[in-house]
Amino acid sequence: MEATIIPDSKSKDSNAQILLMGLRRGGKSSICKVVFHNMQPLDTLYLESTTKPTNEQFSSLIDLSVMELPGQLNYFEPNYDSERLFSSVGALVYVIDSQDEYLNALTNLSMIIDFAYRVNPKINIEVLIHKVDGLSEDYRMDAQQDIMQRTGDELLDLGLEGVSVSFYLTSIFDHSIYEAFSRIVQRLIPELPSLEHMLDNLVQHSNIDKVFLFDVNSKIYVATDSSPVDIQTYEVCAEFIDITIDLDDLYIENEKKNGGTNSGNRNIENNRQESKELKSISHLSNGSTLYLKQMIRGLALVALIRNETFDNDYIDHSQEGNESSLIGTSISDSEKSLTIIDYNVNLFKESLMKMWSSYRNSNDDIKL
Amino acid sequence: MSQSSRKKLLLMGRSGSGKSSMRSIIFSNYSAFDTRRLGATIDVELSHLRFLGNMSLTLWDCGGQDVFMDNYFTNQKDHIFKMVQVLIHVFDVESKSINKDIEIFIKSLTNLQKYSPDSKIFVLLHKMDLVQIDKRQELFNIMMEKLQKISNPYQFKLIGFPTSIWDESLYKAWSQIVCSLIPNINLFNSNLIKFNSILDAEEIILFEKTTFLVISSTASIKQQQAQHQKLLNENGEQQQQDTSNQDNNSSELDPKRFEKISNIIKTYKQSISKLRTNFNNLIIRGSNGTSFYIDILTENMFIMIVLKNKDSIEDSNGFKINQNEELLVLDNIRSARKWFEKIENSK
Repeated sequence: MEATIIPDSKSKDSNAQILLMGLRRGGKSSICKVVFHNMQPLDTLYLESTTKPTNEQFSSLIDLSVMELPGQLNYFEPNYDSERLFSSVGALVYVIDSQDEYLNALTNLSMIIDFAYRVNPKINIEVLIHKVDGLSEDYRMDAQQDIMQRTGDELLDLGLEGVSVSFYLTSIFDHSIYEAFSRIVQRLIPELPSLEHMLDNLVQHSNIDKVFLFDVNSKIYVATDSSPVDIQTYEVCAEFIDITIDLDDLYIENEKKNGGTNSGNRNIENNRQESKELKSISHLSNGSTLYLKQMIRGLALVALIRNETFDNDYIDHSQEGNESSLIGTSISDSEKSLTIIDYNVNLFKESLMKMWSSYRNSNDDIKL
Repeated sequence: MSQSSRKKLLLMGRSGSGKSSMRSIIFSNYSAFDTRRLGATIDVELSHLRFLGNMSLTLWDCGGQDVFMDNYFTNQKDHIFKMVQVLIHVFDVESKSINKDIEIFIKSLTNLQKYSPDSKIFVLLHKMDLVQIDKRQELFNIMMEKLQKISNPYQFKLIGFPTSIWDESLYKAWSQIVCSLIPNINLFNSNLIKFNSILDAEEIILFEKTTFLVISSTASIKQQQAQHQKLLNENGEQQQQDTSNQDNNSSELDPKRFEKISNIIKTYKQSISKLRTNFNNLIIRGSNGTSFYIDILTENMFIMIVLKNKDSIEDSNGFKINQNEELLVLDNIRSARKWFEKIENSK
């Protein structure tokens, strides 16, 4: 497929190539496994769905090429090949094992940054402070502070004040690695601002606290609004997708088996496309609402809605069901705001479809 | 809360058979993975649990090491075996010394017959995940036959379950155990059927709030009725046709769905707890025209309603109709609340 689309023979020439580096046993390969496993549906999304720009038609959105580095810095001498490598990648992800002694890794990191920045000044430098699952809550912040401080000092010594380095605390045993990679991937796709702008618009007009555009199969979010991401909100939203799909599948699977038309194919894009869109709403006892609506092609919009006006009433009525007049108003309020959100989300979906179709058209033109 | 509503449950079995793990998963929100941290239970650990508001369970988790075991059957036997409502005996399917296991089972049966002859006996063949899938049913049948034969002289009727903490079989076993203790279960059932006749739902399920064990469901009630009718008129041809139809209906859906739902919703509850809150309801409009409503029914119960949507209008007009329907179902749940609260408080 890539051969047909990309005219030149340089395979894997992705503008969103990620180079994963770090000392040995830092956890790079595990990260690769986890992220690659989750990347598959996202890849398909960017191949055929909403991307307008034509420079993204590659077989995989990001390529992780793991480069094993020796334990010591002294005999790390990048040759010409790595120079070409650095010039072609969009992001450099450096993994630091936070449970190990990291001073060596930091010197190594600054050397690599020095080299990479001179070869390719546009490179994004991301540092994963990895394996934080083994650290206590307090110590995590200390470690991050320490690493940031030392890296800053080292870069200052090398005369590289202008380089911006992002730090993430990650672990593959919770959602932090998805969160970090969601950010890294988003930074590599300059076309995403239009999506984010649309989401911002949605948030402004619908009383939404936080909205994510998820890929249903992976846990990576493609876009979110511009308010800061709270990791817990992200986790809850990601799990909300699982729960909705699990419950839905319980009562669907068997029918399909009986019908025998689908031949056990659980491809979400195909199945969900022809049937009705999935939607789920859950009222929480603190007044928030979780809202999920299926978008096009395996994408789902998940929003956390905080509605101060109806929450207290709702709790009240569940305990003392006598005051029916109060209940009537409170429920209709919540329903009203949900109806508005429904309407706005539908508008969002329409524009998403427009984006996708225009992308497809432009793609066809190129092919012709 | 009267004294008589206090139920004593004995949880027995040899050491390492997984008794405390079960208790932690069902009643203390542990995940299956977390149970590895549990140490050996020393002597008897009592836990008091409130279930459905006015029912209070006292779970006697009896440590299974031989030292303690000998003590139960000699010095403490009147203390342990008096006023027992339920004995839950756990067998480790991987156990090397089955004879010893059975010996202890016989000892507790002897004591139970002496001190509380009305108790119900449940047998759990635990750690089934360690047995090959195709051999599980066979092993279970053999074990149950053997155990029933043993307990025949004591006039106990055994109810057995294959269980594992790694799937939903644990929820199935425990929801049946706990349901056997609910005194007014028939009232719940009849009201549920009545409610279903109003809603015409695909399925309605009642859950306990904290443990999310299944209390009652329309499918299980229908099944019971079908069995009942089968027993009553064996020669009535029409009845038999009816029951066979109902059997067909129920076999369409996943037979393990109740336990799976319990599992899923417990996961959801745990996930929501990160926002330091709980959930009031959950409405899913499924991809196949099925709608799910999970809502608080009473202080101690959740209800889940599965509706098959017959009309499939998808334009802006149809959208509005669906909205109203949603409200209608929620209104119905609200009105049903009064019935069920009455049953709960009638005790």
